[in-house]
Amino acid sequence: MFRAKTRYVALPSPRAGVGEEVDRLTCARCDTALEPARLTAALGVCYRCGYHFRLRAPERIAMLVEPGSFNEADADITARDVLGFKDSQPYSVRIEQSRKKTGANEAVSWGEATLAGHSLVIVCLDFAFMGGSMGAATGEKITNGIERALSKQLPLLIISASGGARMQEGMLALMQMAKTAAALGRLSAAGIPYFSLLTDPTMGGVTASFATLADVILAEPGAMIGFAGARVIQQATYETLPDGFQTAEFLWTHGMIDMVVPRPELPAVLRQLLDLYSRSGHHSEFQLQGQARAAATASTLRQ
Amino acid sequence: MSANGSTAAATWSQVELARHPDRPYALDYVHAIFGSFFELHGDRLYGDDHAIIGGPAAFEGRTVMVIAQQKGRTTAERAMRNFGMANPEGYRKGMRLIKQAEKFQFPVIALVDTSGAFPGAGAEERGIAWAIAENLVAFAQARIPIVTLVLGEGGSGGALGIGVGDRLLMMEHSIYSVAMPEACASILWRDIGRKMEAAEALKLTAPDLQKLGLVDEVVPEPPGGAQTDYGQAADAAAAALLRHLGELEGTDIDRLLEERYRRYRSIGAIA
Repeated sequence: MFRAKTRYVALPSPRAGVGEEVDRLTCARCDTALEPARLTAALGVCYRCGYHFRLRAPERIAMLVEPGSFNEADADITARDVLGFKDSQPYSVRIEQSRKKTGANEAVSWGEATLAGHSLVIVCLDFAFMGGSMGAATGEKITNGIERALSKQLPLLIISASGGARMQEGMLALMQMAKTAAALGRLSAAGIPYFSLLTDPTMGGVTASFATLADVILAEPGAMIGFAGARVIQQATYETLPDGFQTAEFLWTHGMIDMVVPRPELPAVLRQLLDLYSRSGHHSEFQLQGQARAAATASTLRQ
Repeated sequence: MSANGSTAAATWSQVELARHPDRPYALDYVHAIFGSFFELHGDRLYGDDHAIIGGPAAFEGRTVMVIAQQKGRTTAERAMRNFGMANPEGYRKGMRLIKQAEKFQFPVIALVDTSGAFPGAGAEERGIAWAIAENLVAFAQARIPIVTLVLGEGGSGGALGIGVGDRLLMMEHSIYSVAMPEACASILWRDIGRKMEAAEALKLTAPDLQKLGLVDEVVPEPPGGAQTDYGQAADAAAAALLRHLGELEGTDIDRLLEERYRRYRSIGAIA
């Protein structure tokens, strides 16, 4: 589909050749012509209006984790055309095109990494690969990531960017909602923290499954997040939608997410959350302070 | 029309049967199958959604918990039931009922019949996606057998929001899809007129889904469809529900939960 304005930005990444060309950049929101180097330094946030450009998964991961710490798993898992689906072109062709365009085999990357001294499992969706849609292979990789977090007792971070379930895989795609949710149910029962970051856009069956089942839900400013799309809602109900409908800020005012986090603040927020929710001893200073307070209180009560 | 135009037309006739206005709806089955049914109302949070109904019912010597999607027959009832498209309150009522089913150890019978969750501004404001997602987990973890039967339309996440369980049965002429054919055609072809091709491509009929290994049993309907003989359709549904429930009730609950997890875990698994 033709896009008049640039939404993606390429940032320094261990992988070459990903992202769109960066010699001409126009902000999708304020129309300002942006200097690529300056935009990159600003982590893909428009330095004029604060618009958060979409990021590819490798760039997003590289931006967050300690350099060289990301150990990608399942990179070779790729979508299969089980149904023999064909719309304006066969799904098998679409898969090949997406692989060529993105240099990735699926709409999600996952692996273990280190962030602020904490080991964690990080799962990151990539909107550039078929709109980040969730098919069977996508759901398989996400579930593998969740199960790794469970088996190794590691905190989980999932970064979502998706149009929802992948039409071309029919019911096999829909059932990935149940699969990922069931796995997260087990993770939750084991008391392992799960943090979800919703980025632009997160819609449909992804919002209605793993993306919102987190202990803490964060979202990037201005990200569109919802179940049904605004166009579908208007066609179905003829309702006039309020300003900012389905933005991260809208969801925050309705109590659906915990925090809207500007991209530059994300590492510090994640560090704080990993420290607070960690059970691995990384936050021993915290525990000691707490234990000291508890002991002091107890001795006061004894007197 | 493409070479498979005739199969597309055959698939479309299934879609039309699944949506037939005279087709029996959930309450028709409930009244035909269960000796006693007490409808519970409200999600205890905000409101009562008449697109999702439920409550305890007597079924062959036991009490079961019915959780069902209900379309309307008359114009007034369609409006009251929002054409069977639930808001968050419907899914949260479903959550309330499955928790109660666990508490009293009532096996759950979930009857699916919706074109999808309601696409409305209020539904989004009150977290429809959150409500559905939380139900996926609650149904996956409920320590009680769950049999799901698709009566007519199984539409997307809106159907799955009460649709996770140990067995998936489908009435012969029902459909179940990641998106309704019109929505799929609109998204992929940008032309709602391609709905027949979309229906064919989606593999949404009961026999197609059984071939994909997603459906445990296709429940036979009377010739011409369930709308021709409610009694016969309900008898076939009751017999199938009873048989599957009987099998599940004989299974240790921890084993049942492991099998339920594997059931979904194995869909699209890559060895």
